[in-house]
Amino acid sequence: MKVIAAMSGGVDSAVAAARAVEAGHEVIGVHLALSSNPQKYRSGARGCCTIEDSHDARRAADVIGIPFYIWDMAEEFHEEVVENFLAEYAAGRTPNPCLRCNEKIKFAAVLDRARAMNFDAVVTGHYAITRENPTGKTLHRAIDESKDQSYVLSVLTVEQIQGAIFPLGDTRKVDVRKEAKARGLYVANKPDSHDICFVPSGDNAGWLRERLGSESGPIVDQEGVEVGQHRGAYTYTIGQRRGLGLSVPTIDGSPRFVLKVEPESNTVVVGSREDLAVSKMFGENPVWCGSAIDETPTRGFVQIRAHGQPLACTYRMDGELLIAELDEPILGLATGQAMAIYDGDRVVGSATICETQS
Amino acid sequence: MSIYLDHAATTPMVDAAIEAMTAQMKKLGNPSSLHTHGRAIRKEVEGAREIIAAAVGCLPSEVIFTGSGTEADNIALKGLFWAGQALGRNLVVISAIEHHAILDTGYWLAAHEGAELVLIGVDSHGLLNLGELTDLISRRGDEIAVISVMASNNETGVIQPIAEVVELARINSIPVHCDAVQSFGKVPLSFSELGVTALTLSAHKIGGPLGIGVLVLRRALEIPALLHGGGQEREIRSGTLNAPSILAFAAAAKESVERFGLRNFRMEEIRDDFAKRVVDVIPDAYINGIDAPRLPGIINVTFPGTESETLLLLLDAEGISCSTGSACSAGVQRPSHVLLAMGHDDRSARSTLRFSLGASSTLEEIDETLDLLPSVIERGRMANLR
Repeated sequence: MKVIAAMSGGVDSAVAAARAVEAGHEVIGVHLALSSNPQKYRSGARGCCTIEDSHDARRAADVIGIPFYIWDMAEEFHEEVVENFLAEYAAGRTPNPCLRCNEKIKFAAVLDRARAMNFDAVVTGHYAITRENPTGKTLHRAIDESKDQSYVLSVLTVEQIQGAIFPLGDTRKVDVRKEAKARGLYVANKPDSHDICFVPSGDNAGWLRERLGSESGPIVDQEGVEVGQHRGAYTYTIGQRRGLGLSVPTIDGSPRFVLKVEPESNTVVVGSREDLAVSKMFGENPVWCGSAIDETPTRGFVQIRAHGQPLACTYRMDGELLIAELDEPILGLATGQAMAIYDGDRVVGSATICETQS
Repeated sequence: MSIYLDHAATTPMVDAAIEAMTAQMKKLGNPSSLHTHGRAIRKEVEGAREIIAAAVGCLPSEVIFTGSGTEADNIALKGLFWAGQALGRNLVVISAIEHHAILDTGYWLAAHEGAELVLIGVDSHGLLNLGELTDLISRRGDEIAVISVMASNNETGVIQPIAEVVELARINSIPVHCDAVQSFGKVPLSFSELGVTALTLSAHKIGGPLGIGVLVLRRALEIPALLHGGGQEREIRSGTLNAPSILAFAAAAKESVERFGLRNFRMEEIRDDFAKRVVDVIPDAYINGIDAPRLPGIINVTFPGTESETLLLLLDAEGISCSTGSACSAGVQRPSHVLLAMGHDDRSARSTLRFSLGASSTLEEIDETLDLLPSVIERGRMANLR
């Protein structure tokens, strides 16, 4: 096949590209320039958007022996990912930009462009497995549980999965690093990235405050009694306990947690730990990595964070909404996150959490 | 298959240059040393200086060796500006289509050295707007420290009216620098006849090695140095002279000046054939600067509805090397400032390729390129519809 290898400049995508070459594909390496004003050097654990990272990617492509190009996707990234991230926070939800980037950029804008140029697929260093089935490709968890990225890929449609190749799903991260070293790729020991790539300082709250404002407002308990003041409602997350600076203690001295962020009234609602309990969640805009599910209650698992635990549940569709009822309630669940449904290790699909119930 | 149509980026070294360079690398001696070894190398370096001087029509003492064309441009623009600033002249005047070695140096002088930078525009053919320059000189001629206009543009190949610029500058005794990196060895060029104050040359565009350039600077003219040290090269450019590269540069200069008549005729023929047929296979394609005097080896084509970075990838996959001709910033292709200055919008400036020919280019290579072009352009257009 003719494939585009998306190369971030990190170790995973470099090894993935090398493996694609060995698998007999005709491979072209592409680094996505996602920032219109890139930083010169990497700092800490943030992403792949610096000029230094693009040099690392180019060097890896040269060592592997494949052509290398930089595709400017800054405009698409800003519109689809950064602006969506801000809009979601402004609406009081907590988005996952990596998931959005996979959905709209890597396996949409890039894959579409690749296909138009007569390429068949996009290769990435994501830790996930695809399997060929009579009905099409299915998406599964990687064998390295600590690195499994099937959650951030759960937004992909069958059509998108069809054009995706993940060569690292069957390998543990530690072995990928060893392989990189053996292949002479000097990025072998480059640190993992896990912060949000477009927040160069790593200070998400500060970055949000700069863009959405930091107008203070009331922090109230569930009865509506003001118990403190916040500094920009957007910067609080559900389940947060520290840094609230509450002036009115609870009667029994028990700690309080953020239960809800209400941007319309610029209010943060707090309550007890028990009030955080969620046993039922509703998701909108579902996407299926295979056949769509129906209204029949089905046993399976739901995952609500990138590296969260799979939670046993019963799921079903109800009209336009995906509903998952948990066997055991969990504490603190922000709307805006994706709920990814699993059947064993297979990704069934996902939806964006729009409501939760205790 | 491998077709190289990017000779304006760099072109193969000629045999005479490779031989001169390798022979020199086996010899010992620093040309600045006074002993026998040093003198032997010095003699060869000075011989090379005379050959280059003859090739460009200047005195040997006017040749200053540098590490690149970019360095020569920097020495000239900064040095002439500082010399003028000392006399109370503060304006740096350059064309809007200069190479980044001049353009970015001009911006730097404005940002850090108190210069006022004025860009002179070009018309839709890519020719310097002499009216604009005339007007500026008539209003503020005594404030201008330096004018820099390239002999020919690296993206379009359009030859600029340097003699007219020199004539306009004469009234106010304004020094004129000319970046002749693309013109040298391709079209007749004489420092003394042109009457410019300073001229930039580079070896690797004419079959010499990478990493060696020349600033021709009028005799007895003093400008502040960028590199201080041993005082080599008129105390304007210190640093041990790179004897192997200098000898190779001279060999390439000699050969390219001796042979350019015949070679240019061939290149022009190939270029015009390409220009005629490219619009046959891609009917809405158009050639930038086609109505202006141009270098024999450069052809700049806009393919509406495409993005040049996609075309480069697709052509490269077919074994064809060409370029956009404009610099990349962080590897991301920016729309060409040259095409924008010629009146292109952002979109069409991003859908343009430069094909550049060299001594080794053949009509067969053009045939093969034109055979492949329609499918490449079609795929490029599909990819652009995303």
